Amino acid sequence: MRQSLSSRLTLIWGLLVAATALSWAMGHGVGLHDRQTAGVAIIGVAMLKARYVLLDFMELRGAPPVSRFVAECWVGVLAVTMIGLFLRAG
Amino acid sequence: MSASEAARPAGHEAPAVRRLPGEAGIWVFIAGDLAIFSLFFLTYLYYRGDDVALFFASQQQLSLTFGTINTVLMLTSSWFVASAVHGVRRSQQGVARVCLLLAIACGAGFGVVKVFEYGEKIRAGLTLNSNDFYIYYYMLTGIHLLHVLIGTGVLIYLYRVVGSGCRDAVAIRNLESGASFWHVVDVLWIVLFALLYLVR
Repeated sequence: MRQSLSSRLTLIWGLLVAATALSWAMGHGVGLHDRQTAGVAIIGVAMLKARYVLLDFMELRGAPPVSRFVAECWVGVLAVTMIGLFLRAG
Repeated sequence: MSASEAARPAGHEAPAVRRLPGEAGIWVFIAGDLAIFSLFFLTYLYYRGDDVALFFASQQQLSLTFGTINTVLMLTSSWFVASAVHGVRRSQQGVARVCLLLAIACGAGFGVVKVFEYGEKIRAGLTLNSNDFYIYYYMLTGIHLLHVLIGTGVLIYLYRVVGSGCRDAVAIRNLESGASFWHVVDVLWIVLFALLYLVR
């Protein structure tokens, strides 16, 4: 069973869980004491996590280039717009 | 399905050609789902800007522990589902079934945690009518929970499909379609967790 699990998938899963722990710490004000900076970092980390699920678990990394391009655009545009709205609130 | 796919012998990994996993129709559904949820995320952040203090105070009442447990459950279930797809492509149906069973357990665990979380909030008098934040909280997490329930049902179906063989290209494509839907449920939760529980 252990040998059957792809090492890349396991590595990605480990990184995603580690990123969740990092976000959790930032949500508690660890490392980034400024609330706005922490908020931007949390949204950024969340969208990076979403990107890796799309590329590696959903296999868009090996999909036709246009599919991957659309997914990367979705991640980038949504991340920038969410950060913009978050910062607008002050 | 192309003739070359139909002719592909069972138990062999797909050739290294660039293709979308699953059927084309599931990607139309996924694109629509992501577009609708993107609007939900932006609407939430827009209205949060109207009363940051209220949203901040309400977020303090959420359980980060419940949210974090559910995030780890979703990420782990996605890992198991992706591993199940790899297992079937390698003709390791037994491994794939175990992975799917574990993913189903994670999906069920997510639902149980949500029941505890909702119960805690409702007992504390925090309902859909409490304030604007809780309207978004119940609406967004409720629609997502519906996705989890449907997705868990899909995983149970896929578990049965893999149990009956799942060796031809059509069956593998159906497995990939169900897996892709489950990963979207994971992606949506990743963003929801950040916006509702973490961003202050």
